[in-house]
Amino acid sequence: MAEHQDHADDHGQAFYVKIWAILLVLLILSILGPIVAPHVAFGFLEAWMITLMTAFGIAVVKAYLVAANFMHLNIEKRYITYLLTTMLMLMLLFFAGTAPDVMEHRGQNWENVAAEAEVERALAAEGEDPHAEHGGDHDDAAH
Amino acid sequence: MSTTKPIATTRSATGIPTGKLAVWWVIGSEIVIFGGLLASYVMHRLGHPEWAEYASHTNTWFGGANTFVLLTSSLFAVLAHHAAEHGDGKKAAKWLLGTCAGGVVFLCIKAVEWTGEIQHGYTITANGFWHFYYTAAGLHALHVIAGCVIMLIIANDARKGKELQRVELIGIYWHFVDIVWIFLFPLLYIAK
Repeated sequence: MAEHQDHADDHGQAFYVKIWAILLVLLILSILGPIVAPHVAFGFLEAWMITLMTAFGIAVVKAYLVAANFMHLNIEKRYITYLLTTMLMLMLLFFAGTAPDVMEHRGQNWENVAAEAEVERALAAEGEDPHAEHGGDHDDAAH
Repeated sequence: MSTTKPIATTRSATGIPTGKLAVWWVIGSEIVIFGGLLASYVMHRLGHPEWAEYASHTNTWFGGANTFVLLTSSLFAVLAHHAAEHGDGKKAAKWLLGTCAGGVVFLCIKAVEWTGEIQHGYTITANGFWHFYYTAAGLHALHVIAGCVIMLIIANDARKGKELQRVELIGIYWHFVDIVWIFLFPLLYIAK
């Protein structure tokens, strides 16, 4: 009975406001991450690693908090969790199947000449004038 | 006009109300749509080192402000659900209007942000990064607009104490739109 009462209280307005406050703290941390990272980086822990952790690690935690507490996935039937997990797996399958051909521009028997040329052109343009480069010459060959 | 509901609306094989199950399936399909788009962005971003410079021109403060607005509107949506669960349709409608206002503020911030970027030459045709930037954020903004329209219709019913179960359904959709932005924010604004 006491447990039931606790559960009802847990999902009262104050509980939701508490989750929202935690989400805001996490948002501030994710914004501060890239600013603070260069100052706290040491040893193997480089600034970009800290930025990735504060950006994407916190995004995963925020998404979990919203899904579990606002969408009530924590008390929803397991069927829904399985459904959503299956869709996420399909997304990962798509990524695993296509990413190698997009992230790399050459393999054993192939070469993406257009992509390589675009990377070379854009990096050279940035080197010449780092502020003028929008990639705005509309060279879409690599896309 | 008959007010009798179709059999499919009232029966449930899974133990989940049909309307709610339909919303979850919509979200399942949305995961594939947004997931595919964001996965494509990530693989291109990793394959094109020059995109780091392009991404450095996005404004973290606009993105952060919009994250704050959406998180707050999500709070309003769940408070609307809480009120509807307690049978208070008028209160639920007020919270839904607050949620909708959050959506409008989000779109206004986005409009100001995009105007500045376009004036600086960062248009959708500038390069691959900006293709993805406008497509992903634009598709998300369309979902915000759709959510606001549906929310107004549901708030109008809720105000009269009708179809209060729908308050939860639009809330679930809105939280999903919030979660998509939670991932768009670091992808487009933080990881530079």
